[in-house]
Amino acid sequence: MANVFPAEFAELEPFADWAIHGERARYAKRISSTMEELQAFYDVAFPLLEKGTSYLEKVSLDGIGDEDKHLLWAFCSLVTIAFPVEAWGQPRVPDSGPASIDAVVEPAV
Amino acid sequence: MAHFPKPSEGSWTEHFEIDTEPVSYADSISPEFYEQERDAIFRRTWLNVGRVEQLPRKGSYFTRELDAAGASVIVVRGTDGEVRAFHNVCRHRGNKLVWDDYPREETKGTCRAFTCKYHAWRYDLEGKLAFVQQESEFFGIDKSEYGLLAVQAEVWEGFVFVNLDPENTTPLREYLGRFAHGIEGYPFHKLTQVHKYRAEIGSNWKLFIDAFAEFYHAPILHSGQYTAGEAAKIKKYGYEALSYDIDGPHSMVSSWGGIAPPKEKAMVKPIERALRSGLFGPWDAPDIGMSTEELPPAINPTRSKVWGMDTFVFFPNFMLLIWRPNWVLTYHYWPTSYNTHIFEGTCYFVPPQNAFQRLQQELAAVSFKEYGLQDGNTLEATQTMLESRTVDAFPLCDQEVLLRHLHSTAQSYVRRHQQRRSETPATAS
Repeated sequence: MANVFPAEFAELEPFADWAIHGERARYAKRISSTMEELQAFYDVAFPLLEKGTSYLEKVSLDGIGDEDKHLLWAFCSLVTIAFPVEAWGQPRVPDSGPASIDAVVEPAV
Repeated sequence: MAHFPKPSEGSWTEHFEIDTEPVSYADSISPEFYEQERDAIFRRTWLNVGRVEQLPRKGSYFTRELDAAGASVIVVRGTDGEVRAFHNVCRHRGNKLVWDDYPREETKGTCRAFTCKYHAWRYDLEGKLAFVQQESEFFGIDKSEYGLLAVQAEVWEGFVFVNLDPENTTPLREYLGRFAHGIEGYPFHKLTQVHKYRAEIGSNWKLFIDAFAEFYHAPILHSGQYTAGEAAKIKKYGYEALSYDIDGPHSMVSSWGGIAPPKEKAMVKPIERALRSGLFGPWDAPDIGMSTEELPPAINPTRSKVWGMDTFVFFPNFMLLIWRPNWVLTYHYWPTSYNTHIFEGTCYFVPPQNAFQRLQQELAAVSFKEYGLQDGNTLEATQTMLESRTVDAFPLCDQEVLLRHLHSTAQSYVRRHQQRRSETPATAS
């Protein structure tokens, strides 16, 4: 089976369902996940982000390949779920109740 | 303890000659007052409806629903390259001219002419009626008399504004005043990477401006966003602005901001350390062709070395935030009733060159959203309690001076508009 991510990031393969295009869809997955699921993804993805900085800096957005695109989206998901894991202790923003703010214009990649 | 100097009067509020008494917030809970605001403010002032980048070529257009003004407008770039605006109303039978699927939703696109869905009346990009279906069935119709109704449209630094008052004679640049003059030259056109968010908020439009026009709340409401040690320190420190300024109906606050990059990395969360970014933006500022010291004079007006960002409130509903690491955030507040409005927040960045920069920007945009979610729900809680009218006198501190100014400005617009109307002799109709 083909890799979803570049070979250097093979550890992310079990979390390929986090390679999601669009903040709106990423946020929807965040709030429908449990803290255990968010933590499991974070624990694998965060060290890879720290190690992967120089790799990511070499990935040009012009003509970005599919594997790098998936990697970028998975790390965008890491950004989205870093708030519950590092600050909130819950998937939703505390005291945000019924409030929602939806992305209506987003970058193409 | 004062960290930054205040005017000689001892406070910003007294310096601007605004009274220091408790405020009632009656202007935010009254359906009657809101109806007066619609007429006195939203039908009569310059409203920012977008950016020129949304109209990249001849025939590019977008529509805006201006509920508070009871209007829908089409904004379009003509064959001559000029930006124009029209009421979104077909002159034949009053159908909404441009919409897709849902008549109340905004739309955009590119076209050579606007054709009404109902009877195919067609208007060119300059608003002239170009075609009438079965024209000979009409009674000597003169097509030159049935063009689209024009709305005044002007562009300032790439921001497109409309004014629905046909009697308005104040040019946009004059209306925007001293702050706008002092911002001119900022390279907004280089910040074309856009993240835009939208929310339906259960409060009066002015209450959300209040929330973003003071930072007195930040160390408390948003404390969970800092590391625990940092949150305690910030709470003790409180908040003081570098300076405030007022120009007619508009206002601004200039803020310090040591968090992009932070003095110590332990101050910020792991994701911020890893990405070198956060609410204040990516720490590695992109090249915009000018240094912080070279920014136009209205930006960082005190030329403070610890400057972090400026917030400009252009009355009535457009806020422009310019951040030290060379990015911009805008807020718009579009009333839909006395206690509801649509909020828009738009981040503008220099287009990222690589995947890492793209992630740095994602973190800044998402941080704004996380903060905004806390603010949004707080507002609904405030609105419902104000409406209970249990309390009607609220003390505001000196760091909330822009709130006093906003509410007194809205009230004086309504008052002056009523005076003008009462002075105009009634005509039979």
